[in-house]
Amino acid sequence: MWILRINMADRTYRLEDVPAGYQKLGGRGLTSTIVHDEVPPMCHPLGPNNKLVFAPGIVTGTKASTSARISVGAKSPLTGTIKESNAGAGWAPAVASMRIKAIIIENQPDENDKFWLTHLYWDEAGGKPKVEFSPADEYPGKELYSVFPEVFDRFGKVKIAGIGIAGEYKYSNSGIVFNDMAGRPSRYAGRGGLGAVMGSKGLKFIVVDGKGAPGVEIADQALFDQGRKKLSEALRSHDITKPRGALNTYGTAVLVNILNEAGGLPTNNFSSGRFDGAPDIAGEAIFEGNKERLNKELYNHACSPGCIIQCSNTWHKKDGTEHTSCVEYESVWALGANCGINDLDDVAEMIRLCNDYGIDTIEAGTTIAVAMEAGLAEFGDGKNAIKLMHEIGNSTPLGRILGSGTESAARVLGVVRCPTVKGQSMPAYEPRAVKGIGITYATTTMGADHTAGYTIAPEILNVGGDEDPLSRKGKADLSRGLQSATAFIDSSGHCLFITFAILDIESGYEGFVEEVNGVLGTDYTIEDSNELGSEILRKERAFNEAAGFTNAHDRLPEFMKYEPLPPHNTVFDVPDDALDDVYGKL
Amino acid sequence: MKVYVKLYADLVHRLNEAVSASKNKTIAAGVPFEAELTEKSTVADLLAYLNLAKKDAVIVFINGRTRSPDHELAAGDSAGIFPPIGGG
Repeated sequence: MWILRINMADRTYRLEDVPAGYQKLGGRGLTSTIVHDEVPPMCHPLGPNNKLVFAPGIVTGTKASTSARISVGAKSPLTGTIKESNAGAGWAPAVASMRIKAIIIENQPDENDKFWLTHLYWDEAGGKPKVEFSPADEYPGKELYSVFPEVFDRFGKVKIAGIGIAGEYKYSNSGIVFNDMAGRPSRYAGRGGLGAVMGSKGLKFIVVDGKGAPGVEIADQALFDQGRKKLSEALRSHDITKPRGALNTYGTAVLVNILNEAGGLPTNNFSSGRFDGAPDIAGEAIFEGNKERLNKELYNHACSPGCIIQCSNTWHKKDGTEHTSCVEYESVWALGANCGINDLDDVAEMIRLCNDYGIDTIEAGTTIAVAMEAGLAEFGDGKNAIKLMHEIGNSTPLGRILGSGTESAARVLGVVRCPTVKGQSMPAYEPRAVKGIGITYATTTMGADHTAGYTIAPEILNVGGDEDPLSRKGKADLSRGLQSATAFIDSSGHCLFITFAILDIESGYEGFVEEVNGVLGTDYTIEDSNELGSEILRKERAFNEAAGFTNAHDRLPEFMKYEPLPPHNTVFDVPDDALDDVYGKL
Repeated sequence: MKVYVKLYADLVHRLNEAVSASKNKTIAAGVPFEAELTEKSTVADLLAYLNLAKKDAVIVFINGRTRSPDHELAAGDSAGIFPPIGGG
């Protein structure tokens, strides 16, 4: 096992032994630990002292189903906090198969605006990974849908991690892109502006070829196989995760209608919890629309190898050709409902543009909504929203402001209703209508982030419990517990969507932990896994505190306290001491 | 009394196969239709009227709040009914 350290100042690399303290870590646990241990908390996120860390999960690269997640960590230019963003992509198992625990990108070139490509592959003769550097002069300034085929033509069947124009311009809304299984530039570690960190290192692409690599070491194969079987059975039997189940049929956008019913679908820049056009952009409309345009039912596909759930969708144009993938809930909400847009073709075009330019769809949509509130376009005007997307991609002065993220844009444009925490915009759940998720947004180490502690499961979906979304009672404990559990799942390399199955099916949860034990040779219990998650949160929190963050930053924007949200006409009424309890009692 | 019903995800198809024939139209997800119930009907009565099993229709919103099977309906209520779904 190695840590691969890449120095972008002189384009050299080192393979290091994995320190004892890192050997049982993976995914988020490892990226956050390395950022905590090595990155000066007060450094500028785009300066030479920040580091960009990639780590596959603990079971990534094995036959464990739905486990091809890559964790990416750094200090975030969007939030100024520690950042972990993860994606499902074949890039992750390719790196894991070379027995690389983490890749650490350090320093930056002397030249401004010059980019390099690194080619990481398995060196048969040397019996270890090898890295080659080459100038990437031919790629910057181009859209990713045209660049990815060029990279595949040059290197063959490789896996790509990289940045688009947004990362080159160091936009705070830029993501890190990975190819999906069809070679599309569509799988993103989107949040927190990590694309800008990669851009600041002068790194355009990390091209990985795992051919010939030895594969992941498994300490206890029998235990691993037992766990894998139990988890796979849970995923195959749960109504949400099973083949032809809700996610496989309707994709994540199946959530549009239920949040709308609950009055928790942020609409027109968080001014209502209901959107009349919700059914037009929901998962059901995507399924029916594809059926009409293709004359057949189209079920969803895997974003990465070995996934049972297979929730990644495509949207097709009227002539039956593919428009884009993936039309996720978050994307269709941010660029749809939150901008008052109910035309799926317009929304799909903006998602395609986010993929093409290298942008986080959530931050893009919330920023355009703020721009709409400032009068740059009308709510509901899809065509002008698309023009604003092009401003971002063409790096016009306005585009560079919008690319800097929702909070910066709101400040420039004088918009009070700015839905951010620690500089990161809120995703697709309204905290005034779903109190628990507001607690997660306020307190997570990441800035507003739903995945960090997905209280929506018990508050809206009746998964893992049945909580009243409008009540604040017990929600701090709920958020804390889920934040800890999530930090461990994010470390395992599994997609967070396994949670739907394992919260309801106990043998699935056991199997999940047994898989980890099988790979590592540990004997963790489910309780241990939560404590391990808590340890990760403490490290992230310690980094943020050293970077200047206090309890005062664990708050929702003020307007949510005095502006009642239709249709329930409720405000966010969770007291500050309950918010402080989330980490105070961790 | 009349209540307004919206069905979601695959419940639309379950209804189409079961009782939508009586309505002479295709029910689409999220498009409300009327259901005629007797006074003091409950959520459970509504599901029975729609021929939906409790295990299929696991989440029922009445006027934007989730309600249990014994919740009593009022004329003009708006119901939104979901099978098990998830996403993120």
